[in-house]
Amino acid sequence: MKLVTAVIKPHQLDAVKEALHAMGVSGMTVSEVQGYGRQKGHTEVYRGAEYTVEFLPKYRIDVLIDDIDADKVVEAIVNAARTGKIGDGKVWVTSVDEVVRVRTGERGLDAL
Amino acid sequence: MELNAPDTGWILVSSALVLLMTPGLALFYGGLNRAKSVVNMMMMSFSSIGLISVLWLLYGFGIAFGTDVPLGETPGFFGNPSSYLGTADLFAEVDGLPTYVFMAFQMMFAILTVALISGALSDRAKFAGWLIFAAAWFTIVYAPVAHMVWGGGFIGDLGVIDFAGGTAVHINAGAAALALAIVLGRRVGWPHQSFKPHNVPFVALGAALLWFGWFGFNAGSELAVDQVTAIAFLNTQVATAAALLGWIIVEWIKNGKPTLVGASSGAVAGLVAITPSCASLQPIWALVLGLVAGGVSCLAVGLKYVLKYDDSLDVFGIHFVAGWVGTLWIGLFGWDFAIDEATGEYVGSGLGLFNGGGASQLLAQFESAAIVSVWSFVVALVIGFILKKAGLFRVREEQEIEGIDVHEHKESAYETFTPVESTTSAGAHSVSSGV
Repeated sequence: MKLVTAVIKPHQLDAVKEALHAMGVSGMTVSEVQGYGRQKGHTEVYRGAEYTVEFLPKYRIDVLIDDIDADKVVEAIVNAARTGKIGDGKVWVTSVDEVVRVRTGERGLDAL
Repeated sequence: MELNAPDTGWILVSSALVLLMTPGLALFYGGLNRAKSVVNMMMMSFSSIGLISVLWLLYGFGIAFGTDVPLGETPGFFGNPSSYLGTADLFAEVDGLPTYVFMAFQMMFAILTVALISGALSDRAKFAGWLIFAAAWFTIVYAPVAHMVWGGGFIGDLGVIDFAGGTAVHINAGAAALALAIVLGRRVGWPHQSFKPHNVPFVALGAALLWFGWFGFNAGSELAVDQVTAIAFLNTQVATAAALLGWIIVEWIKNGKPTLVGASSGAVAGLVAITPSCASLQPIWALVLGLVAGGVSCLAVGLKYVLKYDDSLDVFGIHFVAGWVGTLWIGLFGWDFAIDEATGEYVGSGLGLFNGGGASQLLAQFESAAIVSVWSFVVALVIGFILKKAGLFRVREEQEIEGIDVHEHKESAYETFTPVESTTSAGAHSVSSGV
């Protein structure tokens, strides 16, 4: 099993969610995060004082998926999240040892 | 004399309008502050409503508008504090206006003036220290200055025109704010860390309430409904509108973008500048005054970064500076809208240096503003210094970093993350509340 994690621009969330839904992904977790990569931050000016906002708001999506579907999920997220401008984010994949569904106690692929 | 109902009605409404300015100021200042010190900032304004209303009734109105205690032959510094303590004829009327109504109207001015100072104290002043300062400064500075300027004291005798309080309110508060910024010292991390406003819509909402209430402040100060009321009302609008533009034009050129904080601040600068002068300018000169006051204040708020004083929310840069601009403007372009009592005819004439009035008005304006600037600054400096030495003024560094709201009030403005409902010790008593 794999955990696919994506950090994307907030307004791309709908497109990513639709793309995953269309390919049959049954669940995901979304959280608001802040960070920066190559985009760095931006500056804001209040009454003449300039402030650098280093951490920009992003959404993080976590999806648990069967090994054989992982590449397709990554591809779907990348295609849906891409605007072509700097700051589109990143997607990475990590291996998962075990998953348990809390309600039933099912384990492994059955719990996805 | 009989009570004049239309005039009295207008001043009652104006009093309520002026009261609303202080909660408006709380929002304006609160939005400019950081999220961890909003409660404290707004509490300084709200506590001013409580404290100053009480002191005004007890003795403030007496000091400001009671029987003058003269200095030999000339008018003095203060009125008799007990002039209105229960024994005086409070049902009296002056020009058809009940004394009670005038007392209420002027009470709102005192509240606002004290609250204005709090903008210099962001994040770091003990609440008890603030209350002591507020009471002391009100007693030694505000009430006597109101007397000297408006209540028959010696500054009014100099011939100054301070219609709604450019000198008595804004220069006065601005000078005290600068003194306290110096006494309290800079906030931890200022100016290198981020002190950006936490809620810009609050700032705009606060400015809007100030603007709305200011019609009572300015047009109400005629204490009647007549042609001067009309001029004051219109001038308040045009000067404020022009100042909004003046500020954003300057910041657009200087910083690259026009901002909502800038538009809100410009509006307040315009309101300040037109306060002393709203009844003494032809509307076109009120408009030019607004443009100038907005632009100059936009530049003046940068001064603290050069001179290294932490006037957190720019009380000096806006109220003191725009107050001076508006006060001197009367001496440059002032106009006397006089009505000939005998004929009822309009006999307007120039008051200022540039419209045939000579230099005497300008001199009176300068002297009055200078006296109040020095008096307020020095007394605030002394009160602040005593409080600081007594350990009553500045919170400890770790409290400032963690947030003054929690330390001084055991409150926080916002719940951002509540994974578990908080428990309450009041739960044990909930039976008595009818559950």
